[in-house]
Amino acid sequence: MHDLVTIDPVTRIEGHAKITIRLDEDGKVDDARFHVTEFRGFEEFCRGRPVFEMPSLTARTCGICPVSHLLASAKAGDAIMGVQPPPAGVALRTLANLGQIIQSHALSFFHLSAPDLLLGMAADPSIRNVFGLMAAEPDIARRGIRLRSFGQSIIEAIAGRKVHAPGIVPGGIAHPMTVETRDDIAARVAEAKETSVVALELYLSIADRFAREIDAFGSFPSLFLGLANDEGTWEHHDGHLKVIDATGAIVADRIDPAEYRDFLGEATNSDSYLKSPYWKARVAADGPVADGIYRVGPLARLNLAETMGTPLADEALTVLRDRVGGMATSSFHYHHARLIEILACTERIESMMSDPLLMDSRVRAVAGINRSRAVGVSEAPRGTLFHDYEVDDDGVLTDVNMIIATGQNNLGMNATVTQIAREWVTGPVIEESTLNRIEAGIRAYDPCLSCSTHALGAMPMVVTMIDAGGQPICSVTRD
Amino acid sequence: MPEVRRSIAITIDDTEIDAYEGESILQAARRFGIKIPSMCYLEGLSVWGACRICVVEVAGQHQPRPACATLVVEDMEVRTNTARLQSHRRTILELLFAEGNHVCAVCVSNGNCELQDRAVEAGMDHVRFDYRNPLRPVDATHPKYVFDPNRCIVCTRCVRVCDEIEGAHVWDVASRGHQAHLVTELGQPWGRSSSCTWCGKCVASCPTGALFYQGSAVGESVHAPDLVARLVAARRDHEWFPPVESPTSPNEQNGDDR
Ligand code: SF4
Ligand code: FES
Repeated sequence: MHDLVTIDPVTRIEGHAKITIRLDEDGKVDDARFHVTEFRGFEEFCRGRPVFEMPSLTARTCGICPVSHLLASAKAGDAIMGVQPPPAGVALRTLANLGQIIQSHALSFFHLSAPDLLLGMAADPSIRNVFGLMAAEPDIARRGIRLRSFGQSIIEAIAGRKVHAPGIVPGGIAHPMTVETRDDIAARVAEAKETSVVALELYLSIADRFAREIDAFGSFPSLFLGLANDEGTWEHHDGHLKVIDATGAIVADRIDPAEYRDFLGEATNSDSYLKSPYWKARVAADGPVADGIYRVGPLARLNLAETMGTPLADEALTVLRDRVGGMATSSFHYHHARLIEILACTERIESMMSDPLLMDSRVRAVAGINRSRAVGVSEAPRGTLFHDYEVDDDGVLTDVNMIIATGQNNLGMNATVTQIAREWVTGPVIEESTLNRIEAGIRAYDPCLSCSTHALGAMPMVVTMIDAGGQPICSVTRD
Repeated sequence: MPEVRRSIAITIDDTEIDAYEGESILQAARRFGIKIPSMCYLEGLSVWGACRICVVEVAGQHQPRPACATLVVEDMEVRTNTARLQSHRRTILELLFAEGNHVCAVCVSNGNCELQDRAVEAGMDHVRFDYRNPLRPVDATHPKYVFDPNRCIVCTRCVRVCDEIEGAHVWDVASRGHQAHLVTELGQPWGRSSSCTWCGKCVASCPTGALFYQGSAVGESVHAPDLVARLVAARRDHEWFPPVESPTSPNEQNGDDR
């Protein structure tokens, strides 16, 4: 018989979730699971819609990273049309994704995780939030807000709107860039770069306080999957799929994203709406899908890259690699990886500003329906995002599959929660600081479970403890 | 010889105006800059009187009257915006929204939609009726255009413009009541139509996102309802449109830069 400890809901992740910690008869943690109980059924209502509407329709899946869905969907649309967007369209999409990564990572670090990192995991929840951060570290909080707004203004310039932007379309981009918006971005990029350097320095100055967390927040070998290019530089938009193991050895390379079904399995879970994708080749016929665990997102992208491709980000990558001894395998390092990615984004944006291609007026290829199935892939801030469409002769969706980054990290999040619970839960009592650590362990992945942002840390948390007979023995509510 | 029309004195919202004999309340009001909302009415087409969004109150008559389908008579006193009319209009709009599948956020006409505009004007912040959520397949068989019946309010502008202006009569209304729906070519897929001339006037006239160009992404569809009145005037007066700089669709001529 097992005791169940349920933590519900997790605050400050994008959506609703609960966690079950299963204790064994000795009161020790046996296993822990992270449940996604919210079902949005997007795939269902995409069917029957014209493929040209899909970018905006699927962007509604997430209010935090709509650009990622716009890009994956538009790329699937390109392939259905059988076109290559004009070079300027590709450049503007790339720029939009850089802006997207900045704004999403800035939200994750400054608004959601910095309170834990700077104020401490054991800090009072009433101050361990973005407001507490503003009181304690006003300069950092202000910089974080400005950095996020910089990323959002890039999205707005290219895609037309900050959230649910309609400007990224099958075939390219709807509107060319204007000189004013380009100049506005160019004028702000230096400050954004400086902020990312400051944030990295700050992180490095406190990272050693978290030695125990680094060891226990999802520190385990796993595969890493993401987009990669032939140059070996950090990739976030084009390229092929590459998979490495925890030692850095290549497991698979140069995979056409359209062939993902040959490599990825998708396990459904009876207790969660989030599917668990896994690497098929590592799972035996009747073996556990957890054997096929792989991680995506900033940590995976950095592990996959030989270099970042820009000077400051390359220095920062070297620092990370020196600290972790090569491959970063603890999920705690997602925070560090995110900051390096922000820096890389600002450097890349800076170098794009002088490129005349950005101002080219040919940004959109036009065509009809030339293929019946296509897969579009983008690197969302949280990891690789797949949109797989099948259309009829008229371009109306007959089938759709989306594999989101948070789903691919599902197995990793379960393993992380288990590891944290084993480290900090002893017996049928959960300390406040342990709750915080479990939440923080999940937040390291920056999961986006719906379009709601609970950035204020104000969501109530209910901890229910159930005895061997299934009866609750106590319940702790945190408002 | 210019046409001589007898003028008729009426009052709209306490303003005395000189309407013309044979003119509807809506036409008279518009000539004097008085706004009455409309949807199925389109200048240049026959009057249909289907949507009832244009209802006004006429002194001495208990029932509200459709302004588009009610001719002016001497000494008529009209009120266009009483609390009762506002309530009727809002109810009509809510029924339209509940009847189809109108999801503005993911619609090609988002931001360029008369139904949306009317709802905003009426302050329709929610719908009090249960949504019917009908299952209506999209017809994307035409090489140039798409018909999405989910967004159709059966205003019949497309039916009338196709019949009365283009002369092709591709469109019809099938069934009755809440089952009423648009059909092309007596129920054949639009792409199989032999009478459609690919002229696009139906798309230009549609007030919602029900008719749009193939390849349109969300928010990209812009209609050109003025096109009909311009065509009618051009035929009547033999004054044709001036040339444009570069090839543009009616949508673009209507102010859309996409
Ligand atoms: S398709 Fe458009 S113009 Fe035709 S009836 Fe429906 S809403 Fe009116
Ligand atoms: S506009 Fe008068 S009834 Fe529709």
